[in-house]
Amino acid sequence: MSRRPAPRALAALAAMVLTAMFLTLGAGVAAAVEPDEMLSDPALEARAQHISKELRCVVCQNQNIDDSAAPLARDMRLMVRERLSAGDSDEQAKAFLVARYGNFVLLRPPFQPNTWALWLGPFIILGVAGAALVFASRTGAVDPADDAVEDDPLS
Amino acid sequence: MTLSRKMLLAASLAPLLVFGVLAVVLYFGLQQDPSTLPSVLIGKPAPTFALGPVRAGDTGFSRDDIRGKVVLVNVWGSWCGACKMEHPYLMELAAGGAPIYGVDWKDDPADGAKTLKMMGDPYVKVGNDQAGRLSLDLGVTGAPETFLIDRTGRIRYKQIGPITPEVWRGTLAPMIAKLEQGQ
Amino acid sequence: MIPEIGRFCLYLALGLSIVQMAAGFAGPLRASPRIMALSQSAAFGQFLFVAVAFAILVRLFATSDFSVMVVAANSHTTKPLFYKIAATWGHHEGSMLLWVLVLALFGAAIAYFGRSMPDTFRARVLGVQGLIGVFFLLFIIFTSNPFVRLFPVPLEGEGFNPLLQDPGIVSHPPMLYLGYVGFSTAFSFAVAALIEGPAGGLWVRYARPWILAAWICLTIGITLGSLWAYSVLGWGGWWFWDPVENASLMPWLLGTALVHSALVVERRFSLERWTLLLSILTFSMSLLGTFVVRSGILTSVHAFAVDPARGTFILIILILATGGGLALYGLRAPGLPSGRVFGLFSREGSLVLNNILLVTITGTVFLGTFYPLFIELSGKDKISVGVPYYALTFVPLAAPLLLAMVIGPLLLWRKDSARGWAARIGPGVFLAFSVLILTGAATHGRNLLLAVWLGLATWLIVGAVLILVRRARIGQAPFADSLKLARALPMATWGAIIAHLGIGLLVCGLGGATTAKEEGVALLGPGQSTAFIGRQLTLKDISTGKGPNFEYVRARIDAVAPDGDVIHLTPERRFYPERQSETTKASVRETPLGNLYVALGDQVTDGRWTVRFYSHPLAIWIWLGGFVMALGGVLALVGNRTQSGPRSGDSAAEVRAGSRPAPAPAAAGAEGVA
Repeated sequence: MSRRPAPRALAALAAMVLTAMFLTLGAGVAAAVEPDEMLSDPALEARAQHISKELRCVVCQNQNIDDSAAPLARDMRLMVRERLSAGDSDEQAKAFLVARYGNFVLLRPPFQPNTWALWLGPFIILGVAGAALVFASRTGAVDPADDAVEDDPLS
Repeated sequence: MTLSRKMLLAASLAPLLVFGVLAVVLYFGLQQDPSTLPSVLIGKPAPTFALGPVRAGDTGFSRDDIRGKVVLVNVWGSWCGACKMEHPYLMELAAGGAPIYGVDWKDDPADGAKTLKMMGDPYVKVGNDQAGRLSLDLGVTGAPETFLIDRTGRIRYKQIGPITPEVWRGTLAPMIAKLEQGQ
Repeated sequence: MIPEIGRFCLYLALGLSIVQMAAGFAGPLRASPRIMALSQSAAFGQFLFVAVAFAILVRLFATSDFSVMVVAANSHTTKPLFYKIAATWGHHEGSMLLWVLVLALFGAAIAYFGRSMPDTFRARVLGVQGLIGVFFLLFIIFTSNPFVRLFPVPLEGEGFNPLLQDPGIVSHPPMLYLGYVGFSTAFSFAVAALIEGPAGGLWVRYARPWILAAWICLTIGITLGSLWAYSVLGWGGWWFWDPVENASLMPWLLGTALVHSALVVERRFSLERWTLLLSILTFSMSLLGTFVVRSGILTSVHAFAVDPARGTFILIILILATGGGLALYGLRAPGLPSGRVFGLFSREGSLVLNNILLVTITGTVFLGTFYPLFIELSGKDKISVGVPYYALTFVPLAAPLLLAMVIGPLLLWRKDSARGWAARIGPGVFLAFSVLILTGAATHGRNLLLAVWLGLATWLIVGAVLILVRRARIGQAPFADSLKLARALPMATWGAIIAHLGIGLLVCGLGGATTAKEEGVALLGPGQSTAFIGRQLTLKDISTGKGPNFEYVRARIDAVAPDGDVIHLTPERRFYPERQSETTKASVRETPLGNLYVALGDQVTDGRWTVRFYSHPLAIWIWLGGFVMALGGVLALVGNRTQSGPRSGDSAAEVRAGSRPAPAPAAAGAEGVA
């Protein structure tokens, strides 16, 4: 029975599922949204909070606008809700703020020429590290007196 | 499979090279100020707005007031310490004829009025932006910030922080002069 | 008078570190045992004087001596003594002194415990350690002197950051520094090894306990920091991918890679060049972190001193140390002999995969942290790299690492077969999927992500147990024999089992806290209540009072379950008059199954209060997992000292080649578990 294809497919599936699952990693909670800001439509409010997690409070240190108690963050939260209530899509609401504050306000950097290195970098590093280490392990002496040893005490 | 000596030497020196690049980036990075956010509105038209008055009985401040003129729009607040530092110099500039308009940001009009009474009013017109809508449209992140707007209504320059004599003499005054000559 | 003694101690320490450095390098060159011994004495002396200086600073803070500038700037008479002392390291100058204290401590420890090392090697290690000490003592004396006086002497200090008036300040920085700065030993050992030349990879054996010690402390330090943030910041977050947090994570990631690659060097005499490079890079990450925190180059909630002048000094140190180390590596590493080849599907192969993934993760975190700076320098655009970026890149890299973590320890050294390992991990796969399906069923299919997380956690936990099962031949041999084998297992193996188990617990906690968390906010007046996760949350009353240097508003909230069980919570808001600032003290009820977390917000105009409540299922396992990981490291460290000489796996050829010392009969006998 050939075991090779099945484990690989399983691994790919596992990787995809795990990727989906980790996308929730690091998601904060809306720490500073006041009850009076929240929209009455729960679906819209959920969208607003979802978008807000990707918008940076520009006067804070690395917080999203939902997590910050700064007055400007509150203004931005209200603006997001206003845009959504006016019928904007998620992308349009974000673009509204980007037009005024620049890409700085996006916590997920856009994929554009000056950020290609950022998004593709991990793959490149993976390739280089992989190549370096595989080379390091493949070069060198083969000792014929070496036998595979089972269960050595060191893990 | 063995690596040639040259390849091995190159691979071993590569980390040093990468670090060298990083060191240069860090060195120049130290000269930057990570807290200022440059404006993305330079060259774009100023937003439309109509602000209510700060002092009771005033006419407020709207977009029409600055049409066809070269103006400075100064965002300030009674709560803002740096604005209080900037204020006397603004009075000086206004006395010299500089066209400064004011946006009272995140302030109760009464508080703004009190400040103007105490420290003087350098503004041709001043409006209250308590809700922060105009400031949001201008991409304001703090006070004081001043925008230089030309005759066609385009934003030409954003001064982050107080206007100092150096800023005025070195940047703003020359730019205003050029814009007024129609360039 | 006393601050001047402290200052003088720093000068003496600087002098001694220069001696340590000079003797450490000159001794071996001149083959003079006396000079080499001098480097040891100097190491003890340097530690002594730095320790005295530190003790003096502690005393100055404890007695609120406001004639000293840093005490006046960072302390206050109303602070409890506990926090007055902790204020010693709650600011730039004091924490730099702690930095140097830890550096000197490790130097002295190597001088004392490193007696089994060859004299020349130990001298060189101390020399490098001394060199780093010289750099940082110069930095402290010239730019960050904690003993600078202040005239006229103010009657009261300028207080302290209220966020730092928490037990976390006492434990988190010291542990973090022990880890961070502890990796200087890895650097020193590597540089000394590069200077010495080919030495059969023995340096790794000497370096390993120190690397482990640093790793253990850094693991605890980061875990404590996360726990502190959770309890203090008021919204139940525990990791933010903030630049300073990343600056502590990167040495940890590389340190973990280092611990694993060192295994390959020791066992298989392979990857020595790589491990040398990794040792240098790990400490370079620590230096980089020190730079980031204190130069103001990146915005961060943690930023200490925002001082580009100091930043330049540290940058110079970074360039000299890292640049020097990498230059030495570039020149000497090619001359080192290559190690032995191994198949990629083997224990070594899995450790290589571990290193590849950890280095890539480190590189990714590095990119995310520094890319905005790079963009700013090269153009007008200014971008942010926040949580979404890390979530998208960290995951695809961490996932295969976690999956492979179970398979790796079960592989044979040098070459293994696919058929063999598939059978070995069978139980792991079965149990993981069982948990996945059971969880999915239990949540009625609504929370599939939680099922996946818990399945992964099970995979990891079972995997750790499987190491024990394999080694003790549970199921293959009579139970009595298995028990004997288990008892004879080296501590290092137990260390690996416990450490990997810790990660499983961590993943379990992460899964619950991120996929099954709930939150809500309500405006409550006294007597009013709201429903949350099956309980009725009632605001009983609001009381006010005074603490040592703050005023507080405290809410008493009862969370009543249908079966009558009541959880009492008392979130507070504290107002510190000196700093005119407020902090929120959330009230958390922690159980193994989850946390109920309640924070008090602002009061609104009609007198009601904003109350935020969160449920974080399984959250406690995040930090328990971290501590268990550290415990695994401790076991491995303890076990390290009892193992000298070859293991049963070393071939005769290795011993003949002189790359391993000849076995002592007693040691070989004790190993005798094939």
